[in-house]
Amino acid sequence: MSAVAIEGVWKFYGDYPALKDISFHIEPGACLALLGRNGAGKTTLLRILAGLSKSAKGKITILGGDARDAATRKRIGVLGHGIGVYEELSAFENLRLFARLYDMADPRKTAMEWLERTGLERVRDGLVREFSRGMRQRLAVARAFLHNPSLLLLDEPFTALDDRAIAVLQDLLRSALAEGRTIIMSTHQLREALELATDVALINRGKLAHRGPRTVEMLEDPGWLYRNYGEA
Amino acid sequence: MNFLRQAFAIAGKDLRSEVRSKETVNGSLSFALVILLLFSFAFDPGSEQTREIAGGLLWLVFAFAGTLILNRSFARELVNDCLDALISSPASGAQLFLGKCFANYVLLIVVECVCLPIFVVFYDARWPKQAWLLFVVMLLGTWGITVIGTLFSAMTVNLRLRELMLPTLIYPMLIPALMGAIQLSTVLIAGEPLGADNLIWFKLLIGFDVIFTILSVALVEIVLVG
Repeated sequence: MSAVAIEGVWKFYGDYPALKDISFHIEPGACLALLGRNGAGKTTLLRILAGLSKSAKGKITILGGDARDAATRKRIGVLGHGIGVYEELSAFENLRLFARLYDMADPRKTAMEWLERTGLERVRDGLVREFSRGMRQRLAVARAFLHNPSLLLLDEPFTALDDRAIAVLQDLLRSALAEGRTIIMSTHQLREALELATDVALINRGKLAHRGPRTVEMLEDPGWLYRNYGEA
Repeated sequence: MNFLRQAFAIAGKDLRSEVRSKETVNGSLSFALVILLLFSFAFDPGSEQTREIAGGLLWLVFAFAGTLILNRSFARELVNDCLDALISSPASGAQLFLGKCFANYVLLIVVECVCLPIFVVFYDARWPKQAWLLFVVMLLGTWGITVIGTLFSAMTVNLRLRELMLPTLIYPMLIPALMGAIQLSTVLIAGEPLGADNLIWFKLLIGFDVIFTILSVALVEIVLVG
């Protein structure tokens, strides 16, 4: 069974088709780099996979279920453009809240574990509004990973991260892959993404232009994919 | 139990944020006090005529001040895209909605409990003999405002003119609940006992609350995700 099965998905914003008949499957344990220019439809597709938006046509099956089923969402970790944490809560309170929402057995323990893993245990009671950008980003990473999701949906995960946050995220992604979890990440940072990716999908103006395994050519020359399958 | 636990987690988060920022309660309370003051200048506080419209004045203040709290309910989730983080979590739309409702309800009741004694002083009213009944009316009327206001707050969260749209949309919807609350409050503030003819307003309030709570819980998932 595929981890993610996308079949004939269309999405419209008004009359404008943001996604046109997208179909592909992702096997469990794969890491898919979702590539494309700005406005190609990557974020729209990720939002549909995350259950944040609905497609106009087509069928999506995630981990054997519907994206809006609570049981499915419990197994998905989402890291979008925003950090998704509350300014007026402390780092610990934020993580404990999401651990409760994900129905973790011991929300306090889970929150403390992830504060340690992301190097935020010393500022556990500090309010997020007082955090530096890097600390916020690490907290966002902890929020997305704390329930040990089977599928990770990451939208531009490396954008605007500081060195430490990039290191934390890369470590977590490598561990996730080693544990057999599935990752889908949209990105413009080809080099970082292609190093981790096992598979590649290129979206061009809402259409799937290429889908296949990540090859050595792509790793040696990240622009190769765009030159061969993207728009000129 | 799990359903309520997640709803309470969301409510607790909203109340904790509000206690720290005080952004909506301060604004709502100040606004309520200013309206109470202005109404006391506009109407002769001791007159019989004012006593007859006392319930209406009180509920207009509650409705106007409440809108400020309700407007921020979902708008506060836009910061850092927290709404996306909540919607993508296993918490259902209904749990998210009820959590928001519980938090808004507590905040509205706090504002109303501060406003009520000030109203009694400004309008030279006597403390109602059946104060507990007035409190029951407040609880029922406020739940109606909360449910409708929270649902429309979710609907208008992505609109640029949401501060204008929310009151424009919710006040017409609230007419039955406000009518019931106003009728009952006027009788109770005048110190008169509630008769059998007032029972219909109680039934209207309860019916409004039950119907719109069920409808909102059923519709909120569509409102949030489409």
